Amino acid sequence: MSIVTYRDALNQALREEIQRDDRVFLMGEEVGEYNGAYKVSRGLLDQFGPMRVVDTPIAELGFAGIGVGAAMVGLRPIIEFMTWNFALLALDQVVNSAAKMLYMSNGQFPMPMVFRGPNGAALQLSAQHSQAWESWLAHIPGLKVVTPATPYDAKGLLKSAIRDENPVVFLEGEMLYNTKGDVPEGEEILIPLGKAERKREGEHCSIIAHGKTVLIAIQVADALAKEGISIDVIDLRTVRPMDVEAIAESVKKTNRAVVVEEGWELCGVGAQVVDYIQRECFDFLDAPVLRVHQADVPMPYAKNLERAAKPDAQKLTAAVRKVLYLE
Amino acid sequence: MAKKPTKSPGSKSDAELNRAFLRSMLLQRRFEERSAEAYALGKIGGFCHLYIGQEAISTGALSVLRPDDYVVTAYRDHGQALARGMTPRAVMAELFGRRDGCSGGKGGSMHLFDAKLNFLGGHGIVGSHIPLATGVAFAIKYRGGDQVCLCFFGEAAVNIGAFHEALNMAGLWKVPAVFIIENNRYGMGTAVSRAMANEDVNARAATYNIPAESVDAQDVFAVRDAVTRAVDLARAEKTPTLLEMRTYRFMGHSMSDAVSGTYRTKAELEQEMRRDPIILLHNHMTEAGEIDDAAYAKLDEEIKAEVQDAWDFADASPEPELEELYAHVVVD
Repeated sequence: MSIVTYRDALNQALREEIQRDDRVFLMGEEVGEYNGAYKVSRGLLDQFGPMRVVDTPIAELGFAGIGVGAAMVGLRPIIEFMTWNFALLALDQVVNSAAKMLYMSNGQFPMPMVFRGPNGAALQLSAQHSQAWESWLAHIPGLKVVTPATPYDAKGLLKSAIRDENPVVFLEGEMLYNTKGDVPEGEEILIPLGKAERKREGEHCSIIAHGKTVLIAIQVADALAKEGISIDVIDLRTVRPMDVEAIAESVKKTNRAVVVEEGWELCGVGAQVVDYIQRECFDFLDAPVLRVHQADVPMPYAKNLERAAKPDAQKLTAAVRKVLYLE
Repeated sequence: MAKKPTKSPGSKSDAELNRAFLRSMLLQRRFEERSAEAYALGKIGGFCHLYIGQEAISTGALSVLRPDDYVVTAYRDHGQALARGMTPRAVMAELFGRRDGCSGGKGGSMHLFDAKLNFLGGHGIVGSHIPLATGVAFAIKYRGGDQVCLCFFGEAAVNIGAFHEALNMAGLWKVPAVFIIENNRYGMGTAVSRAMANEDVNARAATYNIPAESVDAQDVFAVRDAVTRAVDLARAEKTPTLLEMRTYRFMGHSMSDAVSGTYRTKAELEQEMRRDPIILLHNHMTEAGEIDDAAYAKLDEEIKAEVQDAWDFADASPEPELEELYAHVVVD
């Protein structure tokens, strides 16, 4: 057993991939001398030097576009956004340049690059710093959208993302950096993009989650197990492409589902999952599919309001009970 | 006040080069005249931004480059694509939305690409490709190469944030990019004086600690000379340069707006058209005894035939297969 934090698992992935392939470099604000705003890149500047670990000015649009240009001529950039909230400034490059280059050049210019950084609400950071962007980004053809929930997944998915030939949006849970898990040493961990994982095996209800909400789902599944309710927890791992088969397989077994996410309700990832379920599993459903998500408001600062806005174990448990007609 | 534009140093005696310049500019002109016709006939759709009047920039600038250098440009990209060596057939077929187009019919007028020529597009959002050029130049430096990246954009693009961010990092890191402003005095229908607090676009170069020049861009020799200086500096010292090419577009912003009348006067247009870069070069070559009327007429006929061939080729090229709809969304 080698227990490491999510942060250090990401650091291992970066270190191994920068070491392995001299086309790979990391670029972003404070990634070098400061060792990363969230310390994900700790020690990388010392090991690889300033051409491979590049500090930038505060200019998200500019350095995201620089990554796109570098990828066009054969490098494999990893662009770190200090948080995805700041990446809004760079979305033109993510959406209009990176995502579409392959298509509008008819396959001439692949974009082997990763945009990564913390995503989702933290604690009392209020409206501009507490947002989950996966539904926005998953909307765009040409992107892959990855949302690791555990340290093992973080490492294995990031390494796969760096080796992917497409632009990959890699959304790290801001509240997950200190979480710990087993990441075996000396093992090449590569998790395929686009494949979900069953995190808990159960019979009575499916919970479909991704990113931070996977931890909530596991917590709820463990608690309900004590009451004899067994939950099938499906971690999407990758939101785009979405593993429809894994969702359908689970729901056809349990006949009930709750979808949980950090984002807002309207046009959320959960809306897409529900669409798949009604198309693929309509005849198998014993109850309407419910969703748990952030309240449809900008994130408030006050502790009690923030708690009320976010998805949590209590809300998820209530939703599961409802689809089981237990209340 | 802006500095005086660079004048040609008078190195105009190379008859062979002059003929190549004339050929390149005339090809772009005739190609786009026929493009306008094809647009009117509905063979070309969408937006179509013609380059007519600005051909000395693409011709002079790209004549400086080596095959292993890179070019990134905006949506007014037909001229640069042809000057870089894309065939009229490949460009016309792209405008027609056909399978044999340089982007398989998926890009259209604004997204011409050719990886073999290191022609990196054709980008449709004003100024968004300027950081890409800095990134290409960063990659050159990363690999220790001595290529350069030429980046073309209109003067209106200097007002967007991407320009500032890209040039700041290019100046900060010293990467081999040459940023070429094609100042045709109107961003769509908005005159420079209505869009810029300081009309001297080159004054911005000081902010990024990089050299700048203003060039009379109706003079192909002046363009070539200035770009030669900038490219040499980029190759040898990894220093970026900002070049303001003072030009004028003879057509509207796109096929959908009038050539004159709303935002600029007919008199101004007529005044500027006296400085047609093709006529200026032709006059020079005539005076130097490098070409006579018969030779010019023959060249023009050759080029018109070449453009007709491109039209016929594009017309005959099939539409993309429907399976192409889902091809190249991602690399499988």
